[in-house]
Amino acid sequence: MKIYVSRDMASVALGADDVAHAFAEAGCDVIRTGSRGLFSIEPLVEVEMADGRIAYGPVWPGDVAAVLDGSHVNRLGRIDALPFFAGQQRFTFARCGVIDPVCLEDYAATGGWKGLNAARALAPQAVVDVVKASGLRGRGGAGFPTGIKWQTVLDAPAGDKFIVCNADEGDSGTFADRMLMEGDPYCLIEGMAIAAHAVGAHHGYIYIRSEYPFAIYTMRLAIERAAQRIAPFTLEVREGAGAYVCGEETALLDSIEGKRGQVRAKPPLPALKGLFGQPTVINNVLSLAAVPFILAEGAEAYAGVGFGRSRGTMPVQLAGNVRHGGLYEIGFGITLGELVNDIGGGTASGRPVRAVQVGGPLGAYFPPSMFHLPFDYEAFAAAGGLIGHAGITVFDDSVDMAHMARFAMEFCAVESCGKCTPCRIGSTRGVEIVDRIMVARPSSQSVRAEPVEALSFSSRKEGPSTGSGRTGEGYIDKALYSRSPSRIDTSLDAQSDLLRDLCDTMKYGSLCALGGFTPYPVLSALDYFPEDFGLAKSVQEAAE
Amino acid sequence: MDEFIEGWTAQHGATRDQLLPLLHAVQEEAGHVDDAVVPVIAKALNLSRADVHGVVTFYHDFRRTPQGRHVVKLCRAESCQARGGAAIEAAAAQRLGVAMGQTRGDGAVSLEPVYCLGLCAIGPNALVNGRPVARIDGAALERIAAEVAA
Repeated sequence: MKIYVSRDMASVALGADDVAHAFAEAGCDVIRTGSRGLFSIEPLVEVEMADGRIAYGPVWPGDVAAVLDGSHVNRLGRIDALPFFAGQQRFTFARCGVIDPVCLEDYAATGGWKGLNAARALAPQAVVDVVKASGLRGRGGAGFPTGIKWQTVLDAPAGDKFIVCNADEGDSGTFADRMLMEGDPYCLIEGMAIAAHAVGAHHGYIYIRSEYPFAIYTMRLAIERAAQRIAPFTLEVREGAGAYVCGEETALLDSIEGKRGQVRAKPPLPALKGLFGQPTVINNVLSLAAVPFILAEGAEAYAGVGFGRSRGTMPVQLAGNVRHGGLYEIGFGITLGELVNDIGGGTASGRPVRAVQVGGPLGAYFPPSMFHLPFDYEAFAAAGGLIGHAGITVFDDSVDMAHMARFAMEFCAVESCGKCTPCRIGSTRGVEIVDRIMVARPSSQSVRAEPVEALSFSSRKEGPSTGSGRTGEGYIDKALYSRSPSRIDTSLDAQSDLLRDLCDTMKYGSLCALGGFTPYPVLSALDYFPEDFGLAKSVQEAAE
Repeated sequence: MDEFIEGWTAQHGATRDQLLPLLHAVQEEAGHVDDAVVPVIAKALNLSRADVHGVVTFYHDFRRTPQGRHVVKLCRAESCQARGGAAIEAAAAQRLGVAMGQTRGDGAVSLEPVYCLGLCAIGPNALVNGRPVARIDGAALERIAAEVAA
């Protein structure tokens, strides 16, 4: 009997290996797939029947007999009939969870290489035109049109060009890259081979974060097996070394070159002067993995789905304290509330949803009053947030938003590459300001009154000399000195003003998104959840 | 170690862009990147010692001192925090007898922070000796403690 069990890292973390072994020992033909993406039913077991696959989940090693005779209580029926899957539009993740990820026959039998064949029948410019017409925008966060980027590289004169896949997006709450690389690696390889044909590149790199060991293993195996199929294009995996900032494209290029992963100032764009100084296409996993569908099915099939200027589908990741967490691929335009409540089923703890962070550690925190927002790059930007990598992290009402704001600053301080001052120093000062706020806010004031005094810069109580001495009397601007405070104002209002000021500096003064976007979680926490900082509720919320 | 590095560069090339892969290989072989190895690597790839030192110290993955016999990497990121990660972090430090980011005095276990394993819907998560573990609670922590005591 044919049994399908996922080998995705998340499924394995929940015990899928033991389940697979139990079925193999019982004499079943066990096929390890990627994950379907609904983790509340993992470990998931699918049994091949005459009329399709019947799903059971969660299943534990002791459940083999009950699954095989069909009596198991967690019998879910046909997997594609479950509401979670029935509502999806799977363009990129169509094969994930269905096939053996590294089986070349399975890949070809499910439409694999159709896009590459179509692309190779076209001139490079025609391939770029198809990608442009699809409206595909970078799925890494900035949403830059992929076709325009490719056009720049195609037009650049050079001896050598490179395709680089950024598989180092380490945003908490996102796992689509990992799932795709583990569940359908040939899809990414095909997308990169198409990009290579489109711009005239011969070699490519997939830079994968070291936190994804399963993805690194699967991609290396898949590249080896697909080598002949994608020739003369060649590919290799480069393993990251635990630096979040290497998810930023220019830092990633430095890292491949064997340097500290520090951000390069742009221009020049990587499209013109990228890896080893050569024109380079650098795209995210999901952007490149969307390309085979576009070439195989046509630009219109992709562009026909979506909302406004956000075309095609987005693999949304429901994470954190959510009942039905997982990967949900759908066209843009679905609202935040539908995703969290209808599809995610609210919190896993059963308590009310208080905040959702969209777009990873650099994304804004939104309260349920913003759940009407449609999933769309422009709508989120207008609301002071970002879609980023489309991770949605749900928090229940036990969350302390001042703590989360502090964490955002702390994360930036730990991960800053150090190249620019607003990010390197601003983040450390940001942690200190939030610490002062947390100590001074009413809820903890009574118990921690002493530390407030200790932190209030008593040594700087006296302002500088007002210049009464003879030397310098003539040119010292007394007005300037008289403005300097006799002590730093540690009141909550003054500190929150200072925090906003600092965020402004980081936002406009940082070289890359790490320092530039850290203000999003901090300011949104301050704007939507002021009571957690000991500040008065906003007018808007008080009116509700 | 000199021989290992020589053999490695003979196989993979001795260009600057091989620095990260080489450091990974050295760490895999020796458990950590010892300061004494830095000049050897620098010479092998025709870099300055400062260059290599700068890279070793920049990336969180590279260690200059030996790790514990068991390694528990606990996720500290937002998604795991939303599922009680901070409490688990504190409990893990107490149960394993080692502070976050430290190796226990007897060398039995290192507790390291990791920022996201991509298992964000089933946290709090950890990598225990390379094996992913999800939905960590008190009972799971006891199993981890038993593993590192072995």
